[in-house]
Amino acid sequence: MSEKVLMKGNEALAEAAIRAGCRHFFGYPITPQTEVAAYMAKRMPKIGGTYLQAESEVAAINMVYGASAAGARVMTSSSSPGVSLKMEGISYMIGANLPAVIINVQRGGPGLGGIQPSQADYWMATRAMGHGDGHIIVFAPSTVQEMADLVAKAFDLGDKYRIPVMILADGLLGQMMEPVILPEPIDQENLADKDWALTGHQDQRKHNTISSLFLEPQELENDILKRRERYLIIEQAEPMAQVEYMDDAEVAVVAFGAASRIARSAVNKARANGVKVGLVRPVTLWPFPKDILSAVGDKVKALLCVEFSTGQMIEDVRLAVHDKVPVSFFGHTGGIVPTPDEVVVAIERMVAGEQFHILPFKSRLTGGAS
Amino acid sequence: MADLQIMLAGFGGQGILFAGKLIAYSGLIDGRELSWLPSYGPEMRGGTANCSVCLSDAPIGSPLVVDPDILIAMNVPSFNRFVEAVKPGGIILVDSTIADVCCMRDDVQFYRVPATQLSEEHNLQTLANVILVGRLLKLTEFTCASSLDTAIDKSVSAKRIDLVNFNKQAWRLGYEFTDLKECG
Amino acid sequence: MTTLTAEPVEAKVAAKPKTLFSRTPVLTDHITNYCPGCSHGIVQRLIAETIDELGVAGKTIGVSPVGCSVLACEFYSCDMAQAAHGRAPAVATGIKRAHPDNVVFTYQGDGDLASIGMAETVHAATRGEKITVVFINNAIYGMTGGQMAPTSLPGQVTQTSPYGRDVKAVGYPIRVCELLSTLDGVAFAQRVMVDTPKSVRAAKKAIRKAFEYQIEGAGYTIIEVLATCPTNWGLSPTKAFAWMRDNMLPYYPLGVYKDIKAELAAASADAADKGGE
Repeated sequence: MSEKVLMKGNEALAEAAIRAGCRHFFGYPITPQTEVAAYMAKRMPKIGGTYLQAESEVAAINMVYGASAAGARVMTSSSSPGVSLKMEGISYMIGANLPAVIINVQRGGPGLGGIQPSQADYWMATRAMGHGDGHIIVFAPSTVQEMADLVAKAFDLGDKYRIPVMILADGLLGQMMEPVILPEPIDQENLADKDWALTGHQDQRKHNTISSLFLEPQELENDILKRRERYLIIEQAEPMAQVEYMDDAEVAVVAFGAASRIARSAVNKARANGVKVGLVRPVTLWPFPKDILSAVGDKVKALLCVEFSTGQMIEDVRLAVHDKVPVSFFGHTGGIVPTPDEVVVAIERMVAGEQFHILPFKSRLTGGAS
Repeated sequence: MADLQIMLAGFGGQGILFAGKLIAYSGLIDGRELSWLPSYGPEMRGGTANCSVCLSDAPIGSPLVVDPDILIAMNVPSFNRFVEAVKPGGIILVDSTIADVCCMRDDVQFYRVPATQLSEEHNLQTLANVILVGRLLKLTEFTCASSLDTAIDKSVSAKRIDLVNFNKQAWRLGYEFTDLKECG
Repeated sequence: MTTLTAEPVEAKVAAKPKTLFSRTPVLTDHITNYCPGCSHGIVQRLIAETIDELGVAGKTIGVSPVGCSVLACEFYSCDMAQAAHGRAPAVATGIKRAHPDNVVFTYQGDGDLASIGMAETVHAATRGEKITVVFINNAIYGMTGGQMAPTSLPGQVTQTSPYGRDVKAVGYPIRVCELLSTLDGVAFAQRVMVDTPKSVRAAKKAIRKAFEYQIEGAGYTIIEVLATCPTNWGLSPTKAFAWMRDNMLPYYPLGVYKDIKAELAAASADAADKGGE
């Protein structure tokens, strides 16, 4: 087993990708994901891989499309505004059933926004990663260790289901250092053969075509429905969430990624004050761990979502618990990280029976206060 | 060992992030839970830099230090910015060569270390940051000498063996320094 | 027009039917969906013949992006990727980097290559990506029904330049071969056309040369083909060729714009001459 090392989230993720067999990386500079590209630029030439700085995000994702179509384990990395640009290529990859790993080290938006940590791309990642009727798998790591572990899993699931997979991180996870045990390098020989890939048929097989074009509506519908079958399997098999402190919990906080770190501190503080509060951390954002949330909803009196946005995941939480319990929200956006103390206050108000949607602008309380 | 939330702050170029990394690395060597989080901004050089380091025996929640147990401030703006945030009973260390300040709070321990001056006197230019880490070690025993030495070995390129030795010398200088508690 | 000679009637009765013209193997038997008189069929056949003659069908991967070009995916029995509008050079880059020993070509129209995909085009060229680009310049958007292209001529009437292309308002057409020939990554750039058997043979030679340069690893290669779009030009196929010769040829002169092997040969011959002095 590898020893524990101290690494930045972005670097641990990049190294883990290489160990997962990624030998092709195409990207374009943007803060705060730069370390991923810099790490790849340093390592790839030494292991016979490709690091290529593309002329744009659009070109980068289409290079990913090409390398994936050619059967390679390939990755790109960007931050929110750059990921917007990648949407076109991701939609084509969904349509052409191409796996790849796409890293989004989120920063504040919309537009140019800022460069501080944000989770405001939840909707983009889980709802609309490009045009058309499709999904990608979305992982939300919350530690440097998970940055490394989930990227390996992302490659495996991408290949298994022939689907793009996103690691939805943020500037905080990307920039911070924590101890990490890097996964062991895989043996490339053990990877399943991609008989659909463009390798040149070598006069040994029928030619392969990678395409998302179906001019006949019936053919397109059939193709989409076939893919939907796969989505249903993914929704059954792949949801992941971490549920903690639930044995005696009367209320619970729901948070993903870096926000779950803040939530953890707040839950610890609140429990020290005698509040029986649990913590639920979705690890997959699509497929959303609906059943896990639903079960938690059956046990508690109220839920509180904490996000670095004005409230996006909360919609999935409300759907998952069918609004059987009140779901409140607390968050900061634009690059401001909430403090544990702020979250403790929100927990106490939830315990007191309030339902709210707090955005700390002028400390105003909005939404269904009761 | 106690859980510690440490905030290091100063100008870019003073080695704030490196000092934080030494503390974090010693935590790794001691087998503790830890996190190291830099502030990151558009400024590459000369701007303000700060860094949150958490050491604990339980998994770290928020890696962003809001109310530090320890503040190491290497310039006046950083001292002014974070002085009120330090927890009651906490420790404030300043490089008094650069931050010639007094602390008006009576609920914290305040230490002035002329770290930059010391570094120059001992031909350890640019290692004021590590001198302050040595002083912190003496005050809190956040790690042991051998762990801190190993942290230096891991953090400084092996090609720069001279730098490794300077760093080890620097923290010992801070460790043995007798404080000037009175304000200048 | 034709090089075939008529056979005597009696011979026809006696002998077995003789194949005069057949599909080259790398083409599929998919029925063409290009319009009558369109140049795409000729050019795609020339690429196919080249692949077959070089014997590289088994290691060739083609990329056809949005526009009428995208239909090419159906016509080749080598591995093929369809690409987003303008992105074929990026997709080809990804494929070629994954499989450096394969032969990779893109087949792109003018809107695709010189408008929405100009960044991808220029950067693949300047990187010297070892791919072959076959560029169909027919001065119009075909698939969407005849809109102004980056290569539409000054004054040319299209659906979106109904009063003629006004260069003061929308700028001038782009001469792609000339532009790319300034880039060091480009190994070979030639503009050809396919209006007569003679020009078709010349175009074939150019395409073959581009593929050979790629296989030798010389760099980025591009063949620009002046082509017709009878449907959207509103002309018969023969009148379309005449219009092309009268209007496009003066603006887009045929010729070799870059040939690094020829340049190197000339340079070494030059050096040899000087050495002999």
